[in-house]
Amino acid sequence: MTETSGRVAACLPIRSDTDLAWVRQHVRQAAAEVGFGLVEQTKLITAASELARNTLVHGGGGQVESVFLDHGRARGLRLTFTDEGPGIPDVERALTDGYTSGGGLGLGLGGARRLVHEFSIDTSPGHGTSVTVVCWVGVPPRPREEAR
Amino acid sequence: MTDQSTANRGTSTRIISDFLQRRREQIVQRWADEALFRTVFTVSRDEAAEAAGSLVEALASVAASGRIEDLRAPGFTGVREQLTRMAASRARGGAAPSQIADEVAALRPSITDLLITDLAGSDGEASGPHVVTLTVLMGTLRLFVMETALSAGEEIIDRQRLQLLEVATPVIKLWSGIVAVPLIGTLDSARSQVVMESLLEAIVDQQAKFAILDITGVPTVDSLVAQHLMKTVAAARLMGAECIVSGIRPAIAQTIVHLGIDLGSVITRASLADALAYALHQEGAVIVDRATGAGGPR
Ligand SMILES: Nc1ncnc2c1ncn2[C@@H]1O[C@H](COP(=O)(O)OP(=O)(O)OP(=O)(O)O)[C@@H](O)[C@H]1O
Ligand SMILES: [Mg+2]
Repeated sequence: MTETSGRVAACLPIRSDTDLAWVRQHVRQAAAEVGFGLVEQTKLITAASELARNTLVHGGGGQVESVFLDHGRARGLRLTFTDEGPGIPDVERALTDGYTSGGGLGLGLGGARRLVHEFSIDTSPGHGTSVTVVCWVGVPPRPREEAR
Repeated sequence: MTDQSTANRGTSTRIISDFLQRRREQIVQRWADEALFRTVFTVSRDEAAEAAGSLVEALASVAASGRIEDLRAPGFTGVREQLTRMAASRARGGAAPSQIADEVAALRPSITDLLITDLAGSDGEASGPHVVTLTVLMGTLRLFVMETALSAGEEIIDRQRLQLLEVATPVIKLWSGIVAVPLIGTLDSARSQVVMESLLEAIVDQQAKFAILDITGVPTVDSLVAQHLMKTVAAARLMGAECIVSGIRPAIAQTIVHLGIDLGSVITRASLADALAYALHQEGAVIVDRATGAGGPR
C-alpha cells in the first residue's frame, strides 16, 4: 500500500475580498507547480474561489491551508478551508444545487464538489466548518470518493 | 535585564527627555535644514521648523515614558498624522520608503553632537550610555516613519485601484447600435457595479440594441461572477438591448458546466468578432469576404 505524504505550501488568511484574490493567485501558482493542465487548474481555482468565499461570507472569515501531496508517482494538491462560524446544520441540503441561505445562486458548494477529485466537509453547528478538497494530476490514486 | 541596568536606563531616558526639551530650539534649527524637512517644506523654512519642533516634542514625550523601543508608545501618536502627510508627500515625489527612512537616520548625527557637547558641561557624567539611549530612540523613530510611509503607500495604491476601476471599464461603440465592454481582471461586486452602470448609460446614449460583454480577460468565472454577468444581461434587456457574452475560453466553459451554472438564456459567442458578426446580422448588415464572396450569418 502506497503512503500519501504531504508538504504544507501555504496557510493564507481569508478576511476580505482582497484575500480571496490572493487565495486564487496562490492556488493558480501551486497548481501550476504541481503540474496541472490548464483545464484542471481552472477547475481547482474556481472551486477554491467558491469555498474561500463561503468561508468569508457564511463562516465570517477563516483561513486556507494548501498541501502538496505525493502518492507513489501521483502528485496532488489539497486545500483545507476552515472557519469558526455557525457551521452548516444540514450538509445534504447545503450541497443541493440552488439552495442558498443568502442571495447567492446556491451553486458554490455542490459545484466545488463536482470540480475536484476528493471532497469532504467537517462541520458542527456552533463550532465552525472545515471543507477539504483534493485534486490529483492524471489518475487519482484512489477511486473517486463517493460524495456523501 | 538586571534591576541595576533597568534603573540606569530609566535615568538615561529621563536625561534624554530633559535634553530634548531644553535644547528644542537648537535641534529644530539643525533639523529644519535636513533633507527630511527641507524636501517637504520647500517654500517656508518656518513650516519646516514647526514640523521639526513637534517631532522633538514627540520624542521627548516618548523618552519621558521610558518606552524608547516601542512603536506604539503614546508619544508617537501625536506626530503620526504629520509624519503620514510628510511621507505621503515624499512618496508622491517618487521617494521610496527606504529613502525616507534614510533621511530620518540622517537626523541623528547633528543631535548626537549636541548631546555630547551638552553632557560635557555636566560634571562627571559619562555620555556613552545616553548616546546609546538616544540612538535607540532615533532607531525607533526610523522604524515608525518607515511603517507610516509604507501604509501611506498602501493608501495611494487603494486610491489608484479605485481610479483604475473606472478607467478599466470603457464601453466601446463598435457600430451604430452596437456597444461592447472588454472586461479585464477580477469581476468582483464593486467592479461589476461599475460595469453595469457604464454599460446601461452607454446603451441609453448610443441607443444601442446590442451590448457585447467580452470576458476574454477575466481569469476566473465562479458562481458570483456568473451571477453578476446574468444580472447585467437582465438589466440590459430591461433597457431594450440584447446582451451577448463573448470570449468564454474552453477551460472556463468546462468549469461553468461543472459548476452547474445555466447560461442557457444568455447568447454566447466564442470571440468578440463572432459576437459582432451576430449582432450585425441581426441588424440586417452582412459582412462579405471580398475574395470568396462568402459571408452572411454566423
Ligand atoms: N463555511 C460555511 N459556514 C456556514 N454555512 C455555510 C458555509 N458554506 C456554505 N454554507 C451554507 O451552505 C449554503 C450553500 O452554499 P453555496 O456555496 O452552495 O451557495 P451560496 O454561497 O449561498 O451561493 P453561491 O452560489 O454564490 O455560492 C449557503 O447558503 C450557506 O447557508
Ligand atoms: Mg457560496
